[in-house]
Amino acid sequence: MSRASNRFDTKKVNSELVTLTYGALVAQMVKDAENTDDVSKQLERLGYNMGVRLIEDFLAKTGTGRCMDLKDTADKIQSAFKMYLGVQPNVANWSPGGDEFSFILDTNPLTDLVELPDDLKNLKYCNIICGVIRGALEMVQLDVQSWIVQDQLKGDQNTEIRVKFIRRLEDAMPAGED
Amino acid sequence: MTVHNIYIFNKNGNLLYYHEWNRLKQTGMTREEEAKLMYGMLFSIKSFVNKISPVDPKDGFLYYKTSKYTLHYFETLTGLKFVLNTDINAQGVRELLQEIYNQVYVEYVVKNPLLNLSEPIESEIFKAKLDALVKQSPVFLSRVP
Repeated sequence: MSRASNRFDTKKVNSELVTLTYGALVAQMVKDAENTDDVSKQLERLGYNMGVRLIEDFLAKTGTGRCMDLKDTADKIQSAFKMYLGVQPNVANWSPGGDEFSFILDTNPLTDLVELPDDLKNLKYCNIICGVIRGALEMVQLDVQSWIVQDQLKGDQNTEIRVKFIRRLEDAMPAGED
Repeated sequence: MTVHNIYIFNKNGNLLYYHEWNRLKQTGMTREEEAKLMYGMLFSIKSFVNKISPVDPKDGFLYYKTSKYTLHYFETLTGLKFVLNTDINAQGVRELLQEIYNQVYVEYVVKNPLLNLSEPIESEIFKAKLDALVKQSPVFLSRVP
């Protein structure tokens, strides 16, 4: 199986193709939707569905074990950014309780060619990334919230994505057992 | 050496896939019933194995062996459960299960956007690839013991 033998060779895709594909998708959604909040919400949901699948690929490729703490989790998501987006964000701004942190991206391949027009200023263009994080972590029994704090599209210096730990999800009992 | 059958369960205990190769004896119950009992047994073994472990186990329950067959268990961090029954001399089954996950399940189920991950797997390509992978494995030798 040739696909298996080069599993670690992350095939290169032209980043502009990704940027343009994503841009076209968002543009179409903006056209179809009533308001921009709906688009942001839909993007998050789209990301969630991707995350649910992406985590399986990530686990299969890296063979990683269970995380010992949230710091561990943050490191692993950081390496996932590198694998799938080709950028390495910094992990920063830990909350005093250690249950909240941020990824800071200097460059964001999704927004490379993008400028938000005035009437879309509240569109969360990169909300898909938040969705991916939430979906992926939910599959490994971590319930988190994720949102965008700073956005280069809105004139901020960096893109900052916040992740907040909510709770650990428990294994489901088999049906019909009490 | 031989492989008897495989069960794949999702995190909620639903049977996603079943296939048998050299299965010599049927339990005489429906597939659903059998899968439910299998999952219930695994669930209990797993939770109790972890409870009596002297230190926090990393992988926990790996397999059990009787005088006639071995049941190999592999669970991913996402809660997918792969169960492979083989004869008692089979070696390297854990690696085989890992390969089934890496090279067949992830490639042909997860990456197929049209498949619903919580429904039983009907994909023909998945079936074919799984069958091929198991049959070319040294664990599989269709000789009946």
